[in-house]
Amino acid sequence: MEIQADKILDCSGMNCPMPVVKTSKAIKELEVGQVLKVIATDPGAPADMQAWSRQTGNELLLSEQDGKTYTFHFRRLK
Amino acid sequence: MAKSDPDAPRRLAMIASRGTLDWAYPPFLLASGAAAMGWEVSIFFTFYGLPLLSKKIDALVTPLGNPAMPMRMPFGPEGFQKMDIPMPQLLMVLPGFNHLATNLMKQTFKNKGVASVSELRDLCVEAEVQMVACQMTMDVFGYTKEDFIPQISVGGAGTFLDYAADADVQLFI
Repeated sequence: MEIQADKILDCSGMNCPMPVVKTSKAIKELEVGQVLKVIATDPGAPADMQAWSRQTGNELLLSEQDGKTYTFHFRRLK
Repeated sequence: MAKSDPDAPRRLAMIASRGTLDWAYPPFLLASGAAAMGWEVSIFFTFYGLPLLSKKIDALVTPLGNPAMPMRMPFGPEGFQKMDIPMPQLLMVLPGFNHLATNLMKQTFKNKGVASVSELRDLCVEAEVQMVACQMTMDVFGYTKEDFIPQISVGGAGTFLDYAADADVQLFI
């Protein structure tokens, strides 16, 4: 499934808690309804991104893994 | 200070009581993570946690008396880097050994993409994490407010408890 992203954030090489910290900063630069794509290599990212989505109320549209690379799509909801 | 609004953000209250490099990570790491989740955070720095508020963080780590601490090397082939190198306790009384262990840990963390303690603290400052220095231990150890970064405030047990009473998560580190 191809989702159109309004902004892409590359967190490759970053470890906990940086992907979550960067994601929270990046999503604030979007309008409500826009989509942020996040790329990460931290193996803890899938669990942390899901938790971040639950805590902040921003929707996790898609969580994908390709080898050691993880891709997430979030829609800013508030 | 009381949290009466049900829609108010979640709150994390922490006490940071230890000042070695390994123990410096959890409060700043959790605080920056919580702030990223939209939580309010306050950290109360007391006893050996106080120097973590110094303008320059000089935290060291020692394997002395810490037999559970593996020494992993930040260089060499992958198999070598994964080995836990046993460190004879007697060796650690040698001058400079704590600095050696500290540099090894810092380099390993850096190689793994982990932010430094100073970087994490900067993120906390930016995210308006409240940092409170314990007045009593400042007096005991001879610190003044000028020894610390300007973003901190000073308080006592009452200050922490007042905040912690309405926190969703409270941690003693």
